[in-house]
Amino acid sequence: MKYGVAVIGGGVVGALICRALSKYDISVALLEKANDVAMGATKANSAIVHGGFDAKTGTLKAKLNVRGTELMPEVCKQLNVPYRNNGSMVLAFSDSEAQTVKQLYQRGVDNGVPKLEIIDAERVHELEPYVSDEVKCALLSNTAGIVCPYELTIAATENAVTNGADFLRNCEVKAIRQENGAYILETTLGEIEAAFVINAAGNHSDEVSAMVGDDSVKLVSRRGDYYLLDKSFGYLADHTLFQCPNEMGKGALVTPTVDGNLLIGPSAVDQDDKDCTDTEAEGLDFVISKAFKSVPAVNLRGAITSFAGIRSHPTTDDFIIGWSEKSEHFINVAGIESPGLSAAPAIAEYVEKILLGKLECSLKESYTLSRPAPVRFRHMTKSEREALIKKNSAYGRIICRCETITEGEIIDAIKAPAGARDVDGVKRRTRAGMGRCQGGFCGSKVVEILARELGVDKNEITKFGGESKIIYERTK
Amino acid sequence: MLNYDLVVIGGGPAGMAAALRAHEKGVKKIIILERADSLGGILEQCIHTGFGLHYFGEELSGPEYAGRFITQVYDTDIDVKVDTMVLDISDDNVVTACNNFDGLLTIKATAVVLAMGCRERPRGALSIAGSRCSGIMTAGTAQKYVNIDGYMPGKTVVILGSGDIGLIMARRMTLEGAKVKAVCELMPYSGGLTRNIVQCLEDFGIPLRLSCTVVKTHGKDRLEGVTVANVDEHLKPIPGTEEYIPCDTLMLSVGLIPENELSKNAGVELDRITNGPSVDEYRQTVKPGVFACGNVLQVHDLVDYVTEESQIAGEGAARYIEGERADGEKVYTEGTNGVRYIVPQRINKNTDKDVKLYFRVGQVFRNVKLTVKCGDEVILSRPKKKMTPGEMENVLIKTDVIKRLPADSKITVSVEEA
Ligand SMILES: Cc1cc2nc3c(=O)[nH]c(=O)nc-3n(C[C@H](O)[C@H](O)[C@H](O)COP(=O)(O)OP(=O)(O)OC[C@H]3O[C@@H](n4cnc5c(N)ncnc54)[C@H](O)[C@@H]3O)c2cc1C
Repeated sequence: MKYGVAVIGGGVVGALICRALSKYDISVALLEKANDVAMGATKANSAIVHGGFDAKTGTLKAKLNVRGTELMPEVCKQLNVPYRNNGSMVLAFSDSEAQTVKQLYQRGVDNGVPKLEIIDAERVHELEPYVSDEVKCALLSNTAGIVCPYELTIAATENAVTNGADFLRNCEVKAIRQENGAYILETTLGEIEAAFVINAAGNHSDEVSAMVGDDSVKLVSRRGDYYLLDKSFGYLADHTLFQCPNEMGKGALVTPTVDGNLLIGPSAVDQDDKDCTDTEAEGLDFVISKAFKSVPAVNLRGAITSFAGIRSHPTTDDFIIGWSEKSEHFINVAGIESPGLSAAPAIAEYVEKILLGKLECSLKESYTLSRPAPVRFRHMTKSEREALIKKNSAYGRIICRCETITEGEIIDAIKAPAGARDVDGVKRRTRAGMGRCQGGFCGSKVVEILARELGVDKNEITKFGGESKIIYERTK
Repeated sequence: MLNYDLVVIGGGPAGMAAALRAHEKGVKKIIILERADSLGGILEQCIHTGFGLHYFGEELSGPEYAGRFITQVYDTDIDVKVDTMVLDISDDNVVTACNNFDGLLTIKATAVVLAMGCRERPRGALSIAGSRCSGIMTAGTAQKYVNIDGYMPGKTVVILGSGDIGLIMARRMTLEGAKVKAVCELMPYSGGLTRNIVQCLEDFGIPLRLSCTVVKTHGKDRLEGVTVANVDEHLKPIPGTEEYIPCDTLMLSVGLIPENELSKNAGVELDRITNGPSVDEYRQTVKPGVFACGNVLQVHDLVDYVTEESQIAGEGAARYIEGERADGEKVYTEGTNGVRYIVPQRINKNTDKDVKLYFRVGQVFRNVKLTVKCGDEVILSRPKKKMTPGEMENVLIKTDVIKRLPADSKITVSVEEA
């Protein structure tokens, strides 16, 4: 296989870069070691589109955050991905925290963040009645929002594939060598040749960079634990509620998700293993105790799941984006920690510009930047549902009862460009299994549909690829 | 829009018994809506025996017990739609459902019986730390893989929770050749029926570890093991008691939750303890014409009681359809001192029948007295050798007693020292 550009890493960053490049008359491939896109940091994070007052003024992080947050609503509209401009607040619970809020406001202004305000306790309670009475004031960021990170990544990949890009799953890049001015990527799918390589390998971007002899990327792994609460607790917060950063850390946030659940977290614990997303009891306890401080009515009775994500913190404290100094046609997009999700559309725009500095190409005669909206039975009116089932009766069979997901939607998710191949892939694309029973009822039906559509035996279906089998041999 | 006298939501033992009783009482147009592809509900996957001892006086398997009712239903002119999911019940009892042969269905009902059953508590509700790899599933899901689909969900198993489904699955997996290493129970007593502990664990030498829980799951893709630990009297893990047990499957049997999303959306008020609708002696909810029975109302351990309860609801629905309204004076019930809840939660004073109060206790009691009172008046007091949270209890209150109690008074049931 031979490509003009190989993008390594199917996280939100790699997927949006791939989408941006799919407009051009070059061959592009997205190489992902997992069985699906969005299996790294992109799968498990706070899903916040940050205002942009956090990063130090003048850093790439600050610039790309502000620009990414500006681009996000339009990108989500094009890709039909849930996004909500719910705004965020940094809550101050003491006079010294009120000072911090002022500093954050000033930094936001310096970073070029529009529509920031400092509001008093009364206004906080007007907007967020369930915030603790201890609150003194807050920084309100009106441009902040929430997005579904994996849907964004899935949609961007679908869009890229529709424009002609290749998505290669289970394709782990193990080594890179150069031959006749081209890169040969040694992968679990065999050798792949590429004229240009973009390293968007997330927590592994240090290793991938080292494959071309560039040791400049140094990352520290830091775990964040979360609880996700049932939709019946979603009313507790409308804005994303942050706590003030202080010497004890950043605190925990309480936020609604685009699906109406309540998310609380994350903890921040350094760990050696950059792939281990096991949650830890201490981390989870930290999260609940902190969340409680912002919103006392938060209650673990509503917890439907817990999860952890791994941040890859660059020792330079800034995103590392640009041509490698060690390899001519190799771009690093590394150390993309928070606000990497918010910045992702801007990172894609930035990398596109850098690449076009060396790679000559022109726009394809026809391409699209939009991905059609998937069928969402649960959001339809009665007459829309009626018409839909008439067209295709598979939309009349509800598989996931908690989230009201139909068989038709699951089949769509499997058949889509870069479609689902495992149970978690179906879940991320359709929400089947994401509700309160967490797949207890529909899990086995999803296995059945996957096996049927992919033409394999049920016991070959996995939860998320690899050895994550769900069932073994037939009973006696 | 279709018109029915009675729409029954759910075709398990509860829905079928309610529909059959209403039919017997002369209700003409009845329809049962079931989301699975056949009637029978969860019993279809319970291929072990132990059903029907009370009701039929013989020991049947789940499918056999259900089968008797399924035959009866199909012998009547009760309409049945399987593979049909109810999406909504409106304020004026219009039921919206859908399936892949009729499309969207709207049915105007005079009365509705809620019989949607319950679901298992998933892992998230427990917040066990660790990996979210494959191999962690509820016991009911595992049961479906084994008994319906015919696949083994694992080879070495730890079961968390000693509810009945967990106990049954311990035996089932062992019979299929898997190794069940332990059943861990957080409480100092099992939540399952005594007979299941004997027949499913003891007979197979499977250890039951009381006051013990899973604190962590391990594994990258598939489960590789779990860490268990003993818990103190506050149910908190005791540091230093951790033990690693290698296994590829963790089955959860940690409680059942009545499925009341439809009921809630329809404006039916729920009881905080049972998580089921609050009902009167005919199992009518606060919403006129809407009745509830079976596991959607309260989690049962024996299907025989489900049938009994559902017949009451079916009769109630029939009376409602004939025009009877429960809008007179009431007395209320309350469980206190060791009694967690009572169903029904209220009784019409003008009721024409004796009323059985069903309840569960909150812990194991030995040699105590069960006392029913109204104010200072002791209505009934009886000695009890043993009561456990795993077994539902009941007491009968006579009509004449109910009639002479003051309106809005409260009947309490409590456990007292003998
Ligand atoms: C706990 C936490 C909370 C966060 N909260 C927010 C937030 O609220 N808002 C925000 O803006 N940002 C947030 N972030 C940051 C954001 O999640 C990341 O910046 C973003 O997801 C990074 O995307 P990525 O594509 O660079 O990395 P990833 O999503 O990790 O993608 C990298 C991909 O590369 C693949 N890969 C790695 N090595 C190879 C190889 N050798 N061959 C092939 N494929 C390979 C991986 O499998 C993976 O899929 C948070 C991060 C964490 C961890």
